[in-house]
Amino acid sequence: MDHYTHSLRIDEEKCNGHMKCMRVCPTQAIRVRNGKAIIKEEKCIDCGECITACPTGAIVPLTDPFGELSKFRHTVALSSPALYAQFGREIMPSKILAGLKKLGFDDSFDLAITCGEASLALHTYLEESSGPQPIISNACPTVVRLLQVRYPSLIEHITPLEIPRELAAREIKKKKSKQYGLKEKEIGIFYITPCPAKMIAIKQPAEKSRSYLDGAISISDIYGPLLYAMENVEKDRYHETMEGMCILGISWAVEGGICRSLEMRNSISVSGISETMKVFDDIERGRLQHIDFVEAHSCPHGCVGGSLTVENLYTSYNKILKLIETLEIEQVSVCADYAKVIKRYQENYFFKARKLKPRPIKPFGQDLAVAIRKRKEKDSIYADLPQIDCGACGSPTCLTFAEDVVTGEAKLSDCILKQIPTAGTGKKMKVNEIRKHLHLKKLTAYDHPDMDVTGGYTSDLLSDVIAHSNAGNLWITLQTHQNIIAVAKLKDLAGIIIVNNREPDEETIKKAETEKVMLMGCKERAFQISAKLFNLIDSKD
Amino acid sequence: MFFQNSALSESFEIKGGDFNRAGSVSTKIKETLQDIGIDSNIIRRAAIASYEAEMNVVMYARKADFTLTLTLASILIIVKDEGKGITDIEAAMQEGYSTATTEMREMGFGAGMGLPNIKRNADDFKITSVPGKGTVLEILIYLN
Repeated sequence: MDHYTHSLRIDEEKCNGHMKCMRVCPTQAIRVRNGKAIIKEEKCIDCGECITACPTGAIVPLTDPFGELSKFRHTVALSSPALYAQFGREIMPSKILAGLKKLGFDDSFDLAITCGEASLALHTYLEESSGPQPIISNACPTVVRLLQVRYPSLIEHITPLEIPRELAAREIKKKKSKQYGLKEKEIGIFYITPCPAKMIAIKQPAEKSRSYLDGAISISDIYGPLLYAMENVEKDRYHETMEGMCILGISWAVEGGICRSLEMRNSISVSGISETMKVFDDIERGRLQHIDFVEAHSCPHGCVGGSLTVENLYTSYNKILKLIETLEIEQVSVCADYAKVIKRYQENYFFKARKLKPRPIKPFGQDLAVAIRKRKEKDSIYADLPQIDCGACGSPTCLTFAEDVVTGEAKLSDCILKQIPTAGTGKKMKVNEIRKHLHLKKLTAYDHPDMDVTGGYTSDLLSDVIAHSNAGNLWITLQTHQNIIAVAKLKDLAGIIIVNNREPDEETIKKAETEKVMLMGCKERAFQISAKLFNLIDSKD
Repeated sequence: MFFQNSALSESFEIKGGDFNRAGSVSTKIKETLQDIGIDSNIIRRAAIASYEAEMNVVMYARKADFTLTLTLASILIIVKDEGKGITDIEAAMQEGYSTATTEMREMGFGAGMGLPNIKRNADDFKITSVPGKGTVLEILIYLN
């Protein structure tokens, strides 16, 4: 199997096996084994959802420390437009770029300028492309990985144009090496990144070629020092702050920015992994052939929502919009030189040197007959599982658990619900008899008066009921939400008694009817009704 | 032994008019084929054909049984629906022919591309229909 580097590392000392990362992972790439999280590298798409979800900060993005700068003779900070959104409205990009230089970089460069050129190149490409529709943006590395892994047949839809940060780094290296008489490898270009995925796109580009960038420093790491450094930046005059700014490029930081700046009316922009997957499903089904372009971001609202940013994403989204508005009012012209872009476009300047390859996951290996057999095993194991995706086994869902059992990564006995015996006490009574004695109110139309009741179980904790109740028990609880039905069904309980005259939610009743679970109500509290039921069944000789 | 047979067979039921869940069966078929590691272009053809077939059931039929049978050589998808059937199959196979309602068209369906699209993505395609009873589609896609 190919080896993949990832931008995330799990700090075993800090990891307490909370499983929060496992539950949020959109590609089911995380397992918790022996109380520690592990990442299945072939499934991970570097989205960074787990970083945000971890309560102990045990998932560490592998960005570069500042010290890396000393390895190079000349260093350049390449600023993501998302960085501009992290500071208040009065702080313009020119000040931020000046602040970066004060931090120790020999120079700083505004990536928005290259983004602007890339927008125009994209516009030209869309006009002349005769490939499959729609074309999908490659600006978000997580989206590119999602396509490689989950939508390999859509690879042909991804734009063949190079991403702005690589274009910029290539150009800067060329220029600076000439200017200072340095070798290209002596020039270190560091991307100031809003997310860990861009880090990995540098260490291991999706096309498996080399990146022109030398490292990435997270916005969250640089934020504090930069804030301090900017205090010493002399204030520019208002109009000077706008010089050289590129309105087309700034908008790359937010969802819909590329589409809006190019006035691409026949386009779709989407953000967030699950929403993006809905759009990709539709492309795969051939439903979006009438759309020219799809701009997709894995982070909500685009790069401003990246997991390594500092400012609240709504505030930063707003800051970018305000910036664009200001540039529009001041009529700052589009900085990219259209004629130059066209000329370079025709010289293939904007095109990627290598083609992107799909990277489908084959959990059961290459051999078709073996894969079919294993898939059948997975189906039959899954059919026998509780299918409530509790995650206690350390796999995120029952389906992934079944797969892990087939591939030998987990044992069937890891499922706690498979371990619990559900034998009754031996004493029995009919439901309608109990109902009459205890004056229980029927809450569902579904009825099975002859059902044997083996005893009772009183608890309001669902997991406790799952662990300790027995088949045929009447469950006494004050919970009224619909999950109680699933638990009763799972444990083959005889029914549920809801105490204190509480009324179950409408959804709960509906679910009880379809799942055939008897719901009953009583006016007593749990303690009293438990005592009565106990006297009726358990104390019987 | 249970696992000895080298064919995989999965069945699904689809309810007509259930637009909320429309597409879920073709997604499941796609996931099954991905699990087994079928070539992605073949998966895509199977996904498009089954999606179109699924949408036809959702739009025009009462219910249908969907079966996916995967052997070492091919993917066979059979869709048997209970519905009004198709009176003129030849017309229905023409691109642009549709009996969709205005509502369906407003949702972006009913362009009259469904059956032709299924045929285009299949290596072998059979359709039989009894008006007033239902339609049976057999979609065959070779793995090699």
